[in-house]
Amino acid sequence: MKQTVFLGTVAAASLVASIGLAQEGSTLAQVKERGELNCGVNTGLVGFAAPDANGNWTGFDVALCRAVAAAVLGDGNKVRFVPTTGQTRFTALASGEVDVLARNSTWTFSRDTDLALDFVGVNYYDGQGFMVRKDLGVTSAKELDGATVCIQTGTTTELNLADYFRANGMNYTPVNIDSNAEGEQQYMAGACDAYTTDVSGLAATRAAFADPENHVILPEIISKEPLGPAVRHGDNNWGDIVRWTLNALIAAEEYGVTSRNIEELVRSSNNPEVQRLLGVSDDLGAMMGLDAEWARRAIMTSGNYGEIFAANIGEQTPIGLARGLNAQWTQGGLLYAPPFR
Amino acid sequence: MSETGAQTVAYVRDTMLPAAPAPQAESGAIRWLRENLFSGPVNTILTLLGIGIVYFLIVTFWDWLAHSVWNAGSLSECREIIAATWGEGARGACWAVIRDRWNQYVFGFYPRDLYWRPTMTMGLMMVALAPVLFAPERRIRRILLVITAAVTLVSMIALSAPAGWLLFAAVMLIGGLVISERNVLWLLPFSVVFPLLGVWLLWGGSLWGPIFVLVGPALGWLAYRAMLRVLPAASVIVAIIVTLLFWLTLAGEAARDAENLLSLSIQSVRSDRFGGFLLSVTIGVSGISLSLPLGIMLALARQSNMFLIKSLAVVFIEFIRGVPLITLLFVASLLLNYFLPPGTTFDIILRVIIMVTLFAAAYMAEVIRGGLAALPKGQYEAADALGLDYWKAQRLIVLPQALKISIPGIVSTFIGMFKDTTLVTFVGLYDPLKSMSDAVRASTDWKGIYWEPYIFVGAIFFLICFGMSRYSMYLERRLQRDHR
Repeated sequence: MKQTVFLGTVAAASLVASIGLAQEGSTLAQVKERGELNCGVNTGLVGFAAPDANGNWTGFDVALCRAVAAAVLGDGNKVRFVPTTGQTRFTALASGEVDVLARNSTWTFSRDTDLALDFVGVNYYDGQGFMVRKDLGVTSAKELDGATVCIQTGTTTELNLADYFRANGMNYTPVNIDSNAEGEQQYMAGACDAYTTDVSGLAATRAAFADPENHVILPEIISKEPLGPAVRHGDNNWGDIVRWTLNALIAAEEYGVTSRNIEELVRSSNNPEVQRLLGVSDDLGAMMGLDAEWARRAIMTSGNYGEIFAANIGEQTPIGLARGLNAQWTQGGLLYAPPFR
Repeated sequence: MSETGAQTVAYVRDTMLPAAPAPQAESGAIRWLRENLFSGPVNTILTLLGIGIVYFLIVTFWDWLAHSVWNAGSLSECREIIAATWGEGARGACWAVIRDRWNQYVFGFYPRDLYWRPTMTMGLMMVALAPVLFAPERRIRRILLVITAAVTLVSMIALSAPAGWLLFAAVMLIGGLVISERNVLWLLPFSVVFPLLGVWLLWGGSLWGPIFVLVGPALGWLAYRAMLRVLPAASVIVAIIVTLLFWLTLAGEAARDAENLLSLSIQSVRSDRFGGFLLSVTIGVSGISLSLPLGIMLALARQSNMFLIKSLAVVFIEFIRGVPLITLLFVASLLLNYFLPPGTTFDIILRVIIMVTLFAAAYMAEVIRGGLAALPKGQYEAADALGLDYWKAQRLIVLPQALKISIPGIVSTFIGMFKDTTLVTFVGLYDPLKSMSDAVRASTDWKGIYWEPYIFVGAIFFLICFGMSRYSMYLERRLQRDHR
């Protein structure tokens, strides 16, 4: 009895105290006052967000959270990672439990409008694909007529799969699974001919198999899955901060600014775009309520976009994703940061 | 004896025959087999079927279990070891993941240098539980407390706890043992204070908070004594109001001021660092110890003659029982934030404990109501005839019997609730079964591992639940008053 009473007292006391102070502050002011960024992440997705044995978070989405924290608070470690499930993620953002949601969430029309979220950009262009056993002899998703397909319920992939098979006049038998781990297990046990999810997930799954050479990822990409960070609708300044932090990371790669050469470039770069980005000339940060060196700190935390990609999901990691669509526009990819001026 | 008999009988054996061994088919293992496994055609078929299933299971899984690997840094290393030891294509269990992530399964993301704090809390909890669970059995208490003290102290030394705290734990544990040997009832005050101590040790922060929480009931008691002379009827209500008012208004401020005067703080640990079995046990133990009294009150309220109290109890019980636990957890984790003022943080573990407690209490109330209903009406009437008032009748006559009848149901509810703590995975807390295992699988080292974490966590849950079940059987035996 006493335990709840005590915690209840604390909660009630803080509630009473905060009613007095309750103000409709901007997210930026709240984050600064708190001294900590609340970032919603996946409870565990290999390469994108996962706690290690000591509870330190690493991953592709996690790096973005740290960059935002560095830009706003000056320290990439001042982040509280809030693990969110597929069901709780958008409500956690809408209810104010997290300030930014970087949880490999697909930017769709209804989420952007109906759910009152603002997707501020795309940090990974993904797409849905199929993995099959090599000895099936299937080389194209068009040959999957009549197949049993393992599919995660409650995700956009489920709808995409139905759309794709209907559009191509094919039939399939779905095997509903709840998580990626279960999907792997069912696929390995032969409960389904094909396993479908985002290609990044398929690649990571295949890499963890005992016999990756016996499985192929089919060339067809059946959906667009632009994954990006989201913020609450209505606080445009905060949206700008997250959007331009992401853009700063992308632009830094385009201009060759890395976490290693950034100090040198601050002193010696003659490129006016780089000078503006790094706060050497013009004070871009002041336009959104930050100081001049915000982008410099964001880039120094875990590197530019390319460095983050390489360290977490790139070809040198066990996941081994190629840049593909996620290359810079100059390299034939889709990454295109608007100009910093 | 008459003389005639001796003359009419021609032959009387006057020595006993030596005992002959029973026929082969009627003795030993064969008899047992015949009676228990092959007593009739149906039984024989079932036995053969059972043997077949066991054989099938062993044949299917034996090689997997036999090829267990305990020392490896990653799943691929496991596979290499298995291939090297038992040949290419062999399969095996990779228990190395448990060894590698053991700390995470037990403590979640609790700071590594503070692991001794949950360990010590667990040890002290056993001391607090001893007078509640094993009041009349000195021998069991002794075994329990000696083992607890030894295990706790050795673990604390192994986890390099600071010397001061080690001394504190030693004094508490050995003191608890000594007191339990002399008069176990003297331990009850510690059992009452322990929840506050446990909260403080687990979450850390200032000791003044728990102290001022204790001050509340003390003030309430003073108010009760004062009111007894003036207006006895309202004394209980006044005492409760005084306590609540103190908690809601003064306690927080007073704790802060006292902390400024004299700091009694230990490093605080946030709720998002809790995980694994630490989280399950924290939620489970709080839920169990809170839901029993709440359930009793609800059951009594539902039996009450007072219309308002009875209706409220019925509405509460039926509402909670009609809603899935996951819904309640979602409400606790998400919906509540919409109602609270922005910027308020209301601890997520506390929210979950409240919801789990309410949920278990509703079921508990119905179990206990069953016990109350099973009691013969004569018992109630006898209590009335003795002139006992309502509370005395409940405390001395009705509840002891009703609770005894309800023990199996109560413990079933506890076991169910403890297993339900794994559902917190849906609100983003790291329960050991799913969230923690998924987090382990999300590291590139252990991606692709599937059965081993489930089997490990399932085994631990089985041990705890089996323990609870055995305790309930022990309790039933001990409380047995009728002649069966």
